[in-house]
Amino acid sequence: MSVTNLGMPRMGFFTDTSVCIGCKACEVACKEWNAVPSTGSLDLTGESFDNTSHLGANTWRHVAFIEQDKPIPSPEQGNSPDVRWLMASDVCKHCTHAACLDVCPTGALFRTEFDTVVVQQDVCNGCGYCVSACPYGVLGQREDDGRVFKCTLCYDRIGVGQEPACAKACPTKSIQFGELDELRERAQRRVDDLHAKGLHEAKLYGDSPDDGVGGNGAFFLLLDEPETYGLPPDPVVTTRDLPQMWKHAAMAAGTLLAGLAAAFVGRRGR
Amino acid sequence: MTILSRWPVLKQLGGPDRLGRRDAAKSEVTAHLQPRTVTADRVVKSICPYCAVGCGQNVYVKDEKVIQVEGDPDSPVSRGRLCPKGSASLQLTTGDAREQHVLYRKPHGTSWERLDLATAMDMVADRVIKSRREGWEWEADGKRTRRTLGIASLGGATLDNEENYLIKKLFTALGIVQVENQARVCHSSTVAALGTSFGRGGSTTYLQDLQRADCIVIEGSNFAEAHPVGFQWVMEAKARGATIIHVDPRFSRTSALADVFVPIRAGTDIAWLGGLINYVITNDKYFRDYVVNYTNAATVISEKFRDTEDLDGLFSGLDPDSRVYDTDTWQYEGGEVAAASGERDQQYEDISGDGDSVASSGHSHSHGSGGPALRGSWRRDESLQDPRCVFQILKRHYSRYTPEMVEQVCGVPQALFHQVAEAITENSGRERTTAFAYAVGWTQHTVGVQYIRAASVLQLLLGNIGRPGGGIMALRGHASIQGSSDIPTLFDLLPGYIPMPHAHQHETLDDFVAADAAERGFWANMRAYTVSLLKAYWGPAATPDNDFCFDYLPRITGSHSTYETVQAQLDGTCKGYFLLGENPAVGSANTKMQRLGMAELDWLVVRDFSLIESATWWKDGPEIETGELKTEDIATEVFFFPAAAHTEKNGSFTNTNRMLQWHHAAVEPANDCRSDMWFMLHLGNIIRAKLAGSTDEMDRPILDLTWDYPTEGEQAEPVAEAILAEINGWNADGEFLSGYTELKDDGSTVCGCWIYCGCYAEGINQTARRKPHVEQGISALEWCWAWPANRRELYNRASADPDGKPWSERKKLIWWDEDEGKWVGDDTPDFEATKPPSYRPDEDATGIDALSGIDPFIMQADGKGWLYVPSGLVDGPMPTHYEPQDSPFQNALYHQQRNPVRQVFARDHNRYHPSGTDHDAGVFPYVLTTYRLTEHFTAGAMSRWQPYLAELQPELFCEVSPALAAERNLEHNGWATIVTARGAVEARVLVTSRMRPLHVQGRTVHQIGMPYHWGPNGLSTGDAMNELSSIALDPNVHIQEVKALTVDIRPGRRPRGADLPRFVESYRQRARIDENTGMEGVTAR
Repeated sequence: MSVTNLGMPRMGFFTDTSVCIGCKACEVACKEWNAVPSTGSLDLTGESFDNTSHLGANTWRHVAFIEQDKPIPSPEQGNSPDVRWLMASDVCKHCTHAACLDVCPTGALFRTEFDTVVVQQDVCNGCGYCVSACPYGVLGQREDDGRVFKCTLCYDRIGVGQEPACAKACPTKSIQFGELDELRERAQRRVDDLHAKGLHEAKLYGDSPDDGVGGNGAFFLLLDEPETYGLPPDPVVTTRDLPQMWKHAAMAAGTLLAGLAAAFVGRRGR
Repeated sequence: MTILSRWPVLKQLGGPDRLGRRDAAKSEVTAHLQPRTVTADRVVKSICPYCAVGCGQNVYVKDEKVIQVEGDPDSPVSRGRLCPKGSASLQLTTGDAREQHVLYRKPHGTSWERLDLATAMDMVADRVIKSRREGWEWEADGKRTRRTLGIASLGGATLDNEENYLIKKLFTALGIVQVENQARVCHSSTVAALGTSFGRGGSTTYLQDLQRADCIVIEGSNFAEAHPVGFQWVMEAKARGATIIHVDPRFSRTSALADVFVPIRAGTDIAWLGGLINYVITNDKYFRDYVVNYTNAATVISEKFRDTEDLDGLFSGLDPDSRVYDTDTWQYEGGEVAAASGERDQQYEDISGDGDSVASSGHSHSHGSGGPALRGSWRRDESLQDPRCVFQILKRHYSRYTPEMVEQVCGVPQALFHQVAEAITENSGRERTTAFAYAVGWTQHTVGVQYIRAASVLQLLLGNIGRPGGGIMALRGHASIQGSSDIPTLFDLLPGYIPMPHAHQHETLDDFVAADAAERGFWANMRAYTVSLLKAYWGPAATPDNDFCFDYLPRITGSHSTYETVQAQLDGTCKGYFLLGENPAVGSANTKMQRLGMAELDWLVVRDFSLIESATWWKDGPEIETGELKTEDIATEVFFFPAAAHTEKNGSFTNTNRMLQWHHAAVEPANDCRSDMWFMLHLGNIIRAKLAGSTDEMDRPILDLTWDYPTEGEQAEPVAEAILAEINGWNADGEFLSGYTELKDDGSTVCGCWIYCGCYAEGINQTARRKPHVEQGISALEWCWAWPANRRELYNRASADPDGKPWSERKKLIWWDEDEGKWVGDDTPDFEATKPPSYRPDEDATGIDALSGIDPFIMQADGKGWLYVPSGLVDGPMPTHYEPQDSPFQNALYHQQRNPVRQVFARDHNRYHPSGTDHDAGVFPYVLTTYRLTEHFTAGAMSRWQPYLAELQPELFCEVSPALAAERNLEHNGWATIVTARGAVEARVLVTSRMRPLHVQGRTVHQIGMPYHWGPNGLSTGDAMNELSSIALDPNVHIQEVKALTVDIRPGRRPRGADLPRFVESYRQRARIDENTGMEGVTAR
C-alpha cells in the first residue's frame, strides 16, 4: 500500500498510451492552468506530428509520435495495417527516488503530502543542478528567467480534491489520475487484457518499485520498448551511488588525514 | 505562528521532517496555495465555441475577468473533457490576439484607421440602405421577386441560434436573399441526403449512443482529430469489444486507433459503398423483416424509369442541353411530384425553358425536416420479387459493383473488402448493430449528397437506422452549424427547413403550401409552420387577408449560394458584403475568386476576433504580392468590428447531436467588442429609424417587422432568452408552446422555428437544463434539449419490430407497452406516443392519420426509409459512381465520366483539368485530398492566432509517401510546391508511410494529403490550400469538391511576385486548358 509519510494514499498518474489519440489536449490544458509560456518556436520539426520535441521548462506534458512500419499481430485482424502510429503523453515521473530532489541545494524541490515532487518557484535560485540529475531529462531552465519549472502534478488542484488539468481534459482518459496502488492494479488488468487480445508487446513502464528509481508516481503502459518512445530503458536515480561515494570519499579523506598525521608524528620523533 | 517557528531551519530541526525534503521545505507561498477554481467569484456554465461536439465548459470569473475555462464534468456528451482547442478557450477569449476596436479602411486606403462604434454602425446602416435600393428588383422574368441582389452575407455557424435568427429575420425583411454560412460549404449535403432518405436532415443518432455499437465504420471522417472528445464514445465501444473500421485515403490519428484501416482512393466512396450494398443483397445479408416493413424496398416504380445500367451511367429524363433531369420517370408507379398535375407541366417548362431555375434552387436542402412530398397512391410487393420494385431495381443498379470492381476503382484489395463486408454484416441484425460516422470527406464532392445516400441505403438494408448503436452519425464541424442550418442563414431555407419561396412556383401562400406540403405525415402541417413563422416575423401586420405577409418574403429564382454570390460580386451586381465569423479567403473554394470578388465590392463588413485574411486581402493578400491587384486601386470600403466571445454573451448553440445547449455570459465584452446579436439588433434599429415614415412599398417588410426585443446593461445587449422565446413561440393567450403539434395555420400561434418548438416550453429555458449525466440514463433527456421534441435517437420506432416488441433484449430501446397504451423506453419515442403498432390508416386518411403503426420514418410521405429516392434530389434516385471533377482516371463503370448535372462554371480563374484518358491528364497526375488537424480549427481564425495551438502545428505541410518523394525528389522536412490550374502553394514536406500509393485500374496512383487551415495572417502562417481548389459543385446543395483534386507537386518553394501567376499559367498551357476543359455534361454513349 503506497502511503505517504502522513499516512495518506500516494497519488499519481497512469498514462495508458494504447488509447492516446495524440490530440495534445494535455499539453494545452497544462499550459493554460499553470500559465506556462509557449515555447516560442513556430518551426515544423519534421518529427511526425510532434512539434514540441521534449519535456522542458515550457513543456510539462509532451506528446510523442512514433511512426512504425510494422504489422500488429492480432487474432481479429486478417489483414492488419502495415503501419503503426504510437502516441504517448510524457510527463515528469515523480520518482520514488528523485535525484532532482536529492541534489537541490535550496530546498526548492520538495516532496508533497501526496508523494509528488514539486519545485517551488519562489525558492528556486536557478542553479540547474537538478537539470542534469534527472535520468529522464524532464527538467529545464526557462531562458529569460533562469529558474527551473516542471510538472507539479497540479499540486494546487489535487490539494482541494480536483483532478490535474491534463487528466481532466484527456478525451480518451489515456491520462488517469488517482491513488497509485489502485492505478497499478488497473494498469495490470489492462496489460493482461491487451495480451489476451494478442498485443504481446504491451508493457508497463515505471510501475515497479524494484526499478532504478524505486518506481514512478507517474507510470505508463507502452506498446513497444521504452527506447522507441525516447524513454530510458533502465533509468537509475543518478544519486544512487552517492552514499557509497561519500563513504569512499570519507575513507579516502580519513586515510589522507591518517597519513598526514603519521607524517607529523614521525617528524616530531627526530 | 511566530517568525521563529516559521524559520526553515527550526522547522526542519524541530519537526518530523529532519532532512528538509518535505514539509519543512515548504515556503509560505506553497503553504497557502489555492487553485483559482476555488477562489473564483463565480462559475458560469458554458459550451465550447469550437467544434460541434459541444463540450460543456465551466467558466471561472474573478474581479469581472475570466480566469479559467475548463470542462464541465456534468455534460453527458463530454464528461468534463476538452480537446486542445477547447482547452485553449482561456487564451482564445482573454489573450491579446483579439482586436478591441473598430477599424476602418476608406476606399483606396492603404491602412486601417480607428472609428468609433456608433459612427461605424451609422455608416454601415447608410450603406445597407443605399446598396439595397441600388440592387432592388421587384420582378424577374415577369414574376415578383421583391428583393435586392446588391447585398450578401456569409457566416453563422460560429454564432448562436439567437444571432442567426436575427440575421435571417432582418436580412429577409430587407429583401436580401444572398444569406449564406459555413453549412453551405460543409454539411449541406447531409441535409439533402439524410433528409430524403429518412425525413430529417440531421444525424440520426447521437455521440453517446456510439458506445452501444458492435461495429463502427468511420469514413469520410477523421473522427479522432476533428471531434476528439466525441471520439471517447468510439473508444467506449472499442473497450466493449466493438470493431472499429476506418476507411480513408490517409492513415490519420483516427486510423491509429482503428482495428481495421482501409486505404481508399479519394473520390471513390460510392463505388466502395455500392460494393458493400451489392455484397449485402447478393449474399442475402439484409435484415429482411426490417427492410420489408420499414423501407420502400417493396414499392413499385414507374415503368418509364430507366437505370444507369440501361443508359451507360445516366438515369432516364435527362435534358442534355440544360443538364437537368425531369424526375417524372423516377416516381412511384401511381405517385407524382408534389405539385398538382396541372401545374407540373408549367413547372417542367420553367425547368427546361429557364435552364435550371427551379432545379438549381437547391430544393433538396429543404428536406432538413420533412421528406419530399408525394401525391397519389402506389403499390408494394412485399415478396420483393416484382422486377420494378425498389429492391430489384437497387439490386440491378449495383450488380456490377463487385469486389473486383471495387479493387479496380478504389484500390482496395479484395481481401480487405471482404473483411469489412463480413464485419458489418455479422454485426447487424436483431442482436447486433453497426454505426456509420462520417463528415466532410463525404459531403464535399460533386456527388457529395449521393455519398451519404449510399451509406443510408446500406444502413437501411442492414436494419441499423433507429437502433441503439446503429444509425448514421453526421459529424458536423462548428459549434452551431447545425443551428445555423435549422435557423438558417442560408439562401434556400427559412427556419425549420421550410423552403425559401421561389418566384416561379410560389406566388401565394396557397401555391407555396400546395407545392411542398405532403398529403400524409407531419409535413402535411406545413401551412401551420409557415403561418406561425410569418406571425413571428410580422406580428400584427400579418393577417389572413394579406396571406400573413407572405408577399413580404423575397423570392429566389435559382441558386444564390455563396459561390453564385462570388460570381455576382465579380460581375458587379453584388456590392455590399457581411462576413460574420467566416473567412472565405481561406475556407472557401477558389480563394482567388473570393478575393477578386471582394475587390469589386463597394463595402465590406467583417466581424471576427482578429484581422483575418478576408479582412486584409486589400493590403497584404496574395494578389498584392503578385501585383494582380494594387491596394490604391481597390475601392472597397472595409469595416472591421471586433466580436464578442462566447463567454461574453448568452445564447444557445446546437451541436451535432441536434441538441440546443445554452451558454451563459460570464463577463461583459470589453471596448468595442459586441455580440452579433447586439450588432444585428442595433443595425436593424438604426435602419428602421432612418426609413421610418417611408411610404415606399419596398420598405413595408422592414418597417412592419416585429423588432422590439428587450435589452439589458450599459451596452444595451439584447436579452437572448427573449429571442429564444420567440423561436419557441406562443399561442393567442401568450402561453409558451410545448411542441409543434400545437401550431395553427389561422394566425393564432407565433413560432420562429417549428422544429425548435418546445425548447422554451412552460416559459422555462429547456436548453439551459443541466442535470448531470451520472443522474440519468444514456439518452440523458434532462440535459439541455434536442430537436425534434427532445428525441435523441431518431426513428427509434424502428428499434422495435412490427408488433412493437424490441428486435432483441440486447438491442431494446423503445417498445410498445400494451397495458399503458403507449411507447416506452430510454428515449423520447420518435412516434406518436399512443399510436399502437397495429394501427392501419383508412384509404383516404391524410396528415398524421395516414401514418401507420409500422411507419417509423414519420417525416416521410410514406413513412418509410427510402432506399430509392423518387423525388427531392436532382442527380438520381440511387447513388452512382462518377469520377470527381478532376480525376486521373476514367470511370471504370460507365462512359458517363462525371456527375452529368454537377455545377461547373467557365470562369477565367476557375479552369478545370483534363481527366481520365484525356491527352493531357498526366500534367496533374496526383490526387490531392484535404483534411483537418486536431490542433487547428477550420479556416484558422480561432487557432492560428493562439500561441498554445500555433506551436503544436506551426506550419502548413503536405504528406507524401516515400515512393512519391522519390519520384518527385521531395525531401522530408523540406519544401514542396503544389500546383493546379487555379494556383500554386508551398508547404513543408512530411514523408511518411502513412500515405501509401494505391493500385488502381492497372497502375499506381499517388495521393497527397494537405490540411487546409492556413493563410498568411496570424501567428502561424502559410499558404491557403484553397488557392488550389476550383468551384465545382454538387447540384443538389451547391457544395464544393475539395476532397479529391488532381495536382502536380515539385520540390522547393514556390515562385513569388509576378512569377507566381506565370508559373500557374505555364501549367495551364502545358495541359492545354481552355474554357471547355472539364465542362462536359453527358459523356455516356
